[in-house]
Amino acid sequence: MSDASVLSIRDLTVSYRGETGTLRAVDGVSLDLAPGEFLGIVGESGSGKTQLLLATLGLSAPGAMLAGSVRFRGQELIGVGERALSQVRGARIAMVFQDPMTALNPYLTIGTQLMEGLLRHKSLGRQAARRKAIELLDAVHIPEPARRLAQHPHELSGGMRQRVVIAMALICEPDVLLADEPTTALDVTVQAQILTLLRELRTRTRAAMILVTHDLGVVAEVADRVVVMYAGRIVEQADVDTLFAGARHPYTEGLRRSIADLERPLPARLPSIGGNPPNLASLPPGCAFAPRCQYAFEPCPKAPPPLEVVGPGHTCACYYTGPLGQVGL
Amino acid sequence: MSAVPEARPQGHSQWQQSWQRLRRHRSSVVALGVLVTVIVLALVVPLISSFDYAIPDWNAIYEPPGSAHWLGTDGLGRDLLTRVMWGCRVSLLVGVAASVVSVVIGVVWGATAGYTGGAVDSVMMRFVDILYAVPFIPLVIVLTVLFGRDFFLVFVAIGAVSWLDIARIVRGQTLSLKSREFVEAARALGVSTRTMIFRHLVPNLLGLIIIYATLTIPTVILFEAFLSFLGLGVHPPLASLGSLVSDGASHLRSQPYLLTVPAIFLTVIICCFSYLGDGLRDALDPRGQAK
Repeated sequence: MSDASVLSIRDLTVSYRGETGTLRAVDGVSLDLAPGEFLGIVGESGSGKTQLLLATLGLSAPGAMLAGSVRFRGQELIGVGERALSQVRGARIAMVFQDPMTALNPYLTIGTQLMEGLLRHKSLGRQAARRKAIELLDAVHIPEPARRLAQHPHELSGGMRQRVVIAMALICEPDVLLADEPTTALDVTVQAQILTLLRELRTRTRAAMILVTHDLGVVAEVADRVVVMYAGRIVEQADVDTLFAGARHPYTEGLRRSIADLERPLPARLPSIGGNPPNLASLPPGCAFAPRCQYAFEPCPKAPPPLEVVGPGHTCACYYTGPLGQVGL
Repeated sequence: MSAVPEARPQGHSQWQQSWQRLRRHRSSVVALGVLVTVIVLALVVPLISSFDYAIPDWNAIYEPPGSAHWLGTDGLGRDLLTRVMWGCRVSLLVGVAASVVSVVIGVVWGATAGYTGGAVDSVMMRFVDILYAVPFIPLVIVLTVLFGRDFFLVFVAIGAVSWLDIARIVRGQTLSLKSREFVEAARALGVSTRTMIFRHLVPNLLGLIIIYATLTIPTVILFEAFLSFLGLGVHPPLASLGSLVSDGASHLRSQPYLLTVPAIFLTVIICCFSYLGDGLRDALDPRGQAK
């Protein structure tokens, strides 16, 4: 598996030194991304999903301590210098940021920003770069692409800006596209358009994608495989159908059940997971989800459960192996 | 496809909006008009004047303003109008050139320190602190004693001190820009540090830089006037507004026009730059749109 994957993350830990001790934003995460695969990473705020993406590209905030390994096509990315990383960034692995309102430089034209990556990574003339930029804007369905090149970001709507941001990320034809909550800052109708676009681009470019989101519904729409994170760790990993049909981790089950199913009569109140995500600076010694978990029993607070294979391509980190029913919900 | 003419954006760019806001700023528009007039006069008058700024005329010493010499003559019979216009040329040249030099140094220094951060930032900013601590006037006096009175030296001396403030301000702004998402987004595209500073950060600082430059120019002009007044500035017979004021001050009772004319020009130019700077500050601040 490891040989075939474009991106292979092994025991990646991202920690910060805080006032109350070391804080692990990402804690021993391992995952593989196959070429052309669409992976969704789901988790609440603070579950480390964004930190995982940033660490992959060496963009962690100053003061972050990285351990473990991130290999892109066998090339180690952790601990190599800025210079080597900047060859990979944008060209081989590109990133789409959460908020299109702030991810574009307000003083530069769309064209300048689009062509920047091309001129940096590919030996293209300005004319060729311009043609390519127009082509990309067309691919993300922006009308009148040639005219847009001369415009500034504030002249475009939020959805259009996110399309531009996606076009910027894809312009060098990267092998991996990391998308950090690309639809969160947009309203629902635009969200749907962006998701459709991502799905369409994925079949067209054959780039592998990692989509980070807190919305399991978004993942269900587009992803092949889902990784569920909680407090910096992977708690469950499976392909979409398996996960939706038979989640093994109580947290995943809780997330799944909190989505409204529009084909059935809605309950008066959607079930939710009680409590709050834990404070990363003072994690319990055992399973981080145990305090909120209705299935927790005596091994849970003692040591974090290991990630174990529970089915084909399905791993889960939970001591509880019984059925996840409607108990208490 | 290639035959399609370059389409112009329909909306107003930030610069167009700024220009419109500036036009609503009455005092800035007046200041800009007066400045342009003074600059044109300073360029044209010495060309068409029948008098030279340097050649003495022993038959026209201390002539009061009249039909031959519109603003009178000085103790060597030189036409005051011509000399004042030359003075404007020199003062404006020193003001603008030294400001440009100091803005360029200050921006490059400050943006590099701010964006790079860490040890580089500390070393660069401590260097600025050290220069701040150097007493400036004694330094200039020592330099003039060592190298003689040199027009170029005035430049260097003024430039050497005035970039310090800009470096500090630009560094502060860069620190806050650095945490903006578009900087991270550009880094994720593999943009190099140098491109980042000059293509992404500096344009965002441009409003600040322009404002600061217009506010530096009067300071520099005043500084040059001060040095000339002390006799450390431009080399006679070349005149700057400062040296003309200095010369005129000694004839305050007998020939007051020798002092008042250059002093008025100096004041007007400095006031105009200050008003223009004020207007630009308002015009380039996007929050000004609410008005």
